Amino acid sequence: MTDKIKHHLSDDLLIAYSAGLLNEAFSLMVATHVSLCDTCRAQLESFDAVGGAILEGSGLPDVPQVAMSPDAIDAIFATIDLAPAQETRAARRKDDVLPAPLQDYVGGDLAAVKWRPVGMGVKQAILPTAKGATARLLYIPAGAAVPDHSHNGTELTMVLKGAFSDEYDSFGPGDVETADQDVTHTPVADISEDCICLAVTDAPLKFKGVIPRMLQPFLRI
Amino acid sequence: MLNVREHNSESSALRVPVPMPAFRVVHPLPVGNRALKRKNASSAPKTDPEAPDWVMLIARIRDHQDRAAFARVFQHFAPRVKAFLMKSGADATLAEECAQDVMTTLWRKAHMFDPTRASVATWIFTIARNRRIDMLRRQRRPEPEELTWGPEAEPTQEDVLSLQEESEKLRQAITDLPDAQKELIERAFFGDLSHSEIAAETGLPLGTIKSRIRLALDRLRHAMK
Ligand SMILES: [Zn+2]
Repeated sequence: MTDKIKHHLSDDLLIAYSAGLLNEAFSLMVATHVSLCDTCRAQLESFDAVGGAILEGSGLPDVPQVAMSPDAIDAIFATIDLAPAQETRAARRKDDVLPAPLQDYVGGDLAAVKWRPVGMGVKQAILPTAKGATARLLYIPAGAAVPDHSHNGTELTMVLKGAFSDEYDSFGPGDVETADQDVTHTPVADISEDCICLAVTDAPLKFKGVIPRMLQPFLRI
Repeated sequence: MLNVREHNSESSALRVPVPMPAFRVVHPLPVGNRALKRKNASSAPKTDPEAPDWVMLIARIRDHQDRAAFARVFQHFAPRVKAFLMKSGADATLAEECAQDVMTTLWRKAHMFDPTRASVATWIFTIARNRRIDMLRRQRRPEPEELTWGPEAEPTQEDVLSLQEESEKLRQAITDLPDAQKELIERAFFGDLSHSEIAAETGLPLGTIKSRIRLALDRLRHAMK
């Protein structure tokens, strides 16, 4: 699949994910896409490497360090003695449609999704993410259009199965469409197959406290 | 160089005999790390000759639950992680607790570290960043799928070395950035940018900040070619 992906995540999104500044719904989009896309995974890893280099100390003259408490390491060894090494997440089965990060939210593959009709044969399932943005799965019958849906902010839509087209372009498995709030578009599923997508929208994002408000315009989220 | 150094002066506590760190490797990807493209793996890295071989130490933790190896990693990285968390707004007590969590996670997930895809510093950064999200926002952090291990694909020592060398090159490239760009990149990744702080400190409009970050990343890409 990975070679066929034409529409990728923006660097801005990947940087924000790498820096840990994205909200949960958009993080879910990034994690899902990166699970399928080697190009974006490599790009993300290079941003992580920037974070690592800064942690290691290539930034400002003095590497920031704060001494740990003297008994920290003993406390850690005590914790380690209580619990064994952590297991990795079980690999996704080959025929599964939903990548692992989505399955974590759905509680399984497609069969576990609790769809609700939203009209014209289209169904959706809202995923439980933190406030500030919404993530949902969309089920669009072959040949059907997504009913008029308004979004105030940015909406990212990624194809998981099937394909859709709108006035601007066409999107297959793994492709992400980015629609800003000034874009009006009508996605229509290809007639050959029902289309399943992950869509995330920011109901205008509100960063709180120490989370940088200034990155909002920078990230166009 | 990052060769296994069994005999350096500091290894007396690390006496467990281990083979070369034989981490399993993922299937090679068609795309290399774009910013860290391996152009010339044999070009001499400016590796600090005094720096311990972090990759080997993580292998010792993984294979031998080597506490002395862990202590070395802890000694170097824990104070950096704690500073990172405090920059993000945690007080000293919370940062201490979370930094301990990060180091505990490192021990428990040592088998998941892939030295052909990340340096030890990068790996620790991702663990610390995830802990910070949890600490500050109490949100879940969706993670991509792990790449599936290929049974036949043992990492070559060359792959490990070239990634670690590239990481050192990147570190140097960031060091060489103009101060203004370096500072913004650092703040962006340490997550302590806030609108009012930036405005108060620099008076820069958002557009300028944005373009400086872009410029810095372009420079890094260029430097890595
Ligand atoms: Zn991609």
